[in-house]
Amino acid sequence: MADLIVFLVLLASGYTVGRIAERRHYRSILAREKELANVMVFTNRFPPLTLRAGQALVAGSVVISEDYFKRVLSGLQSLFGGRLRAYESLLDRARREAVLRMKQEARGKGAQMIVNVKFQTFSIPGRNPNSFGAVEVMAYGTALTER
Amino acid sequence: MLLSNLEIVPGQRIVKHLGLVQGSTVRSKHLGKDIMAGLKNIVGGELKGYTELLQEARQEATERMIKQAQAAGANAVLNIRFSTSSITQGAAEMLAYGTAVVLAA
Repeated sequence: MADLIVFLVLLASGYTVGRIAERRHYRSILAREKELANVMVFTNRFPPLTLRAGQALVAGSVVISEDYFKRVLSGLQSLFGGRLRAYESLLDRARREAVLRMKQEARGKGAQMIVNVKFQTFSIPGRNPNSFGAVEVMAYGTALTER
Repeated sequence: MLLSNLEIVPGQRIVKHLGLVQGSTVRSKHLGKDIMAGLKNIVGGELKGYTELLQEARQEATERMIKQAQAAGANAVLNIRFSTSSITQGAAEMLAYGTAVVLAA
């Protein structure tokens, strides 16, 4: 009985706090994406060849943890297979946050664009071998500052 | 030392190619941070302690790569890539690698 109560409390707090945090994070992501829209991001391997620019390696990374509700939900969903919506939004947030941090660093260096952007995702293993735990997303590229 | 993940440097010529240079470091989780992360695992959100830990590790790997490039006599490392792998539970390896070159204006 005590176990069940603990489980329900964890589930409820994961659901409410996790949801509020996710909404707040999305709001902040959207606001900052608008603010940093003038730093352009390209996945091209080569910079515009006519551009005379200084360059610097820039990177942004973030570690985001799932909440208890997402863990239980995805555990149930993975019985049936298919989309795990709970994790899709988690990774979307992480990836956009990483790009924003990279852009922030580039703007701090006075750059107007970032080329050859690469993503890297690393799932941090939890103590419990079958738990998902947290995921790190890193974005990196070369920032170009026009001279 | 110029660091870039491009293969070329606009306006500069590569006069010497010195081969692959790399730097890596293995880091494990800090117990205090791990406990905090365990709590954060319930409500979700960013694990700031881990973000910093991994950034520091990456910085260290990059510095080791730079040292190797300097020892080879390079003034730039191009086409830099990062890679992360988990060795055992609670430990991760950060690797940075690239091509050491000599650039001339």
